[in-house]
Amino acid sequence: MMTASEHDTESGPMQVRGTVLTVRQVDAYHAITIVAPGIAARFKPGQFVAVAVGGQDTSMLLRRAFSIHDVRPDHGGTVEFVFAVSGLGTRWLAERRARDVLDLTGPLGRPFPVPRDPVSCLLVGGGYGSAPLFALAGRLRARRCSVDFLLGAASGDRVFGALTARRTGRSATITTVDGSLGVRGIVTDMLGQVIHEARTDVIYACGPMPMLRQVTALARRYDIPVQVAVEESMACGIGVCMTCVVPVIGSDGITRMVRSCVDGPVFRGEWVRWDDVGTIPFDAFGAPGWEPRAARGQRPAEGDGRRGRPVRAGQSLPKGQHGQQRHAGPARRHGHGP
Amino acid sequence: MGSSGMLVRRAGTAMAPDLRTRLGNTELPNPILTASGCAGSGRELAQFIDVSKIGAIVTKSVMLAPRAGRPTPRMAETASGMLNSIGLQGPGIDAFLQRDLPWLLSRGARAVVSIAGSTVDEYSGLASRLSDAPGVTAIEVNISCPNVEHRGQVFACDAADAGAVIEAVRARVRHDIPVFAKLSPDVTDIVAIARACLSAGADGLSMINTLLGMAIDTDTMRPVLAGLTGGLSGPAIRPIAVRCIWQVRQALPDVPIIGMGGVMTGRDALELMLAGASMVSVGTAIFHDPSACARILRELEDELARRGVERLSEVVGLAHETRVAGRSLGTVR
Repeated sequence: MMTASEHDTESGPMQVRGTVLTVRQVDAYHAITIVAPGIAARFKPGQFVAVAVGGQDTSMLLRRAFSIHDVRPDHGGTVEFVFAVSGLGTRWLAERRARDVLDLTGPLGRPFPVPRDPVSCLLVGGGYGSAPLFALAGRLRARRCSVDFLLGAASGDRVFGALTARRTGRSATITTVDGSLGVRGIVTDMLGQVIHEARTDVIYACGPMPMLRQVTALARRYDIPVQVAVEESMACGIGVCMTCVVPVIGSDGITRMVRSCVDGPVFRGEWVRWDDVGTIPFDAFGAPGWEPRAARGQRPAEGDGRRGRPVRAGQSLPKGQHGQQRHAGPARRHGHGP
Repeated sequence: MGSSGMLVRRAGTAMAPDLRTRLGNTELPNPILTASGCAGSGRELAQFIDVSKIGAIVTKSVMLAPRAGRPTPRMAETASGMLNSIGLQGPGIDAFLQRDLPWLLSRGARAVVSIAGSTVDEYSGLASRLSDAPGVTAIEVNISCPNVEHRGQVFACDAADAGAVIEAVRARVRHDIPVFAKLSPDVTDIVAIARACLSAGADGLSMINTLLGMAIDTDTMRPVLAGLTGGLSGPAIRPIAVRCIWQVRQALPDVPIIGMGGVMTGRDALELMLAGASMVSVGTAIFHDPSACARILRELEDELARRGVERLSEVVGLAHETRVAGRSLGTVR
């Protein structure tokens, strides 16, 4: 069995051929667990793996990228990811069985930054986008943060991890479009109320881009920093193909088309130019007509400015500032609905 | 590559073949290169392979100014291939010279710098900048760009335009740095373009660039790529690469050729060499397998050893010979 290349560093990604331990169906999704000790050891919540599909001589050349759901110490270290069957590649993955071997690279991307102080964290997930949030929750709890969940999907069988959220979260709010689980509606319908009740200091979100965009807009209204893990389609996962770019404002105020695989997938939500995703903004670095000095703009105003700083790993988040500026929502509690 | 050497000795009938290859004045340890646009400037790959152990890193095409590229979606997977419409996103020559090139040299890698432009002047400006930079092993001129001074006609599709670019670059580049023209297969007569580039002073040819393709999403009933069309690469185009290399080698047997187009294995690399390539670039395979270059190099060494090949030059263009001259090469059992 091939192990890591000899050139990896202690923290960098590795390419491994890992043996499949289990493939199981979880409601509408599949979860696959692979023995990959090096990846498990390096993993931080928010990171992902890129998996080659179709076996040897496959006609499917692009790796599939999946957030790591969980790592465990058994068998020297295992990695689990969750996926929905959406095409030939994911169908092939769902057909894997124990003892099959998969070629995966990881852990890839920038993880979720975690606050140094014990603050109130709200974890928002859409569909199986919630998969990386449970490892994050563990890491946050280890730092004595409180963790509230807000998970949503089209239907109850598509809310990934609802039980775990209820078991482990301080509160767990579920929304479904068809009302089959929790509150009928979408996560952003409940976001204001949950923020109010949980006295949220920071939001972490993972799910479809429209959801992330709305969560960011609401977080901004409540002046709460938000970290999002974007879902942009990738091809290589390691930063060479330039497929997965999104327009993001840098600390110098300049918008750049950055790679979500290596510069993300986690970004400060306010700095993603959601309205311009899928375009090259006219003022982006290197856009047609762009000129080095002319385009130096200001980062857009972010609330009162105090919370407008980026949150980076190891950097402290503002503590316990429950703003008067927050909108008070109705005082009902949906955390433990049906 | 100690372990692969052992493998060869165990399985082969001969010693490990000599893979050294000349590129201008530089001796490459082996003929396996990255393909432009598939390895950035080598930094990301270095997490998976030793970039100094492959023949050279061919960098992503650098332009004079920073460039944001095209909107997303930029990539579509197709059967045994993929379409890309990246639009040459990059930081521009200043950042490249300041950051990327020194990094490659610090790692002991050999750098073949790919350049791209929209006008002949842009190409010659890039050539001047690179001529002053130390450590450029060769320049590969990506002429598959629209010529804004010729109604957007792609340089590589017009013999006069292609020749004009190469002439301008050759005039500015230090004489000891070889200039390779990267040809597009999307032409009626690739030999005519090859001749024009060589008369303009090209020292060698790289072929092939991607083919223009398109995919439509049958659910949304709209083109998949935001840029509508994209460059097709991957094993789906390998027979076209073999044909192009063959035709050019047939017409111009002494020209050094860097072959590329869907090379996934050492055997694929050998196929391009038999057609006439003396070096082989690995592109799309890297997206599938970040350590592809190192693997393909091991596999090529093994393939050559199994055939009793001692030197690379024995197989370059060998398929053109009706009979194997001199010592006959072993067939694979």
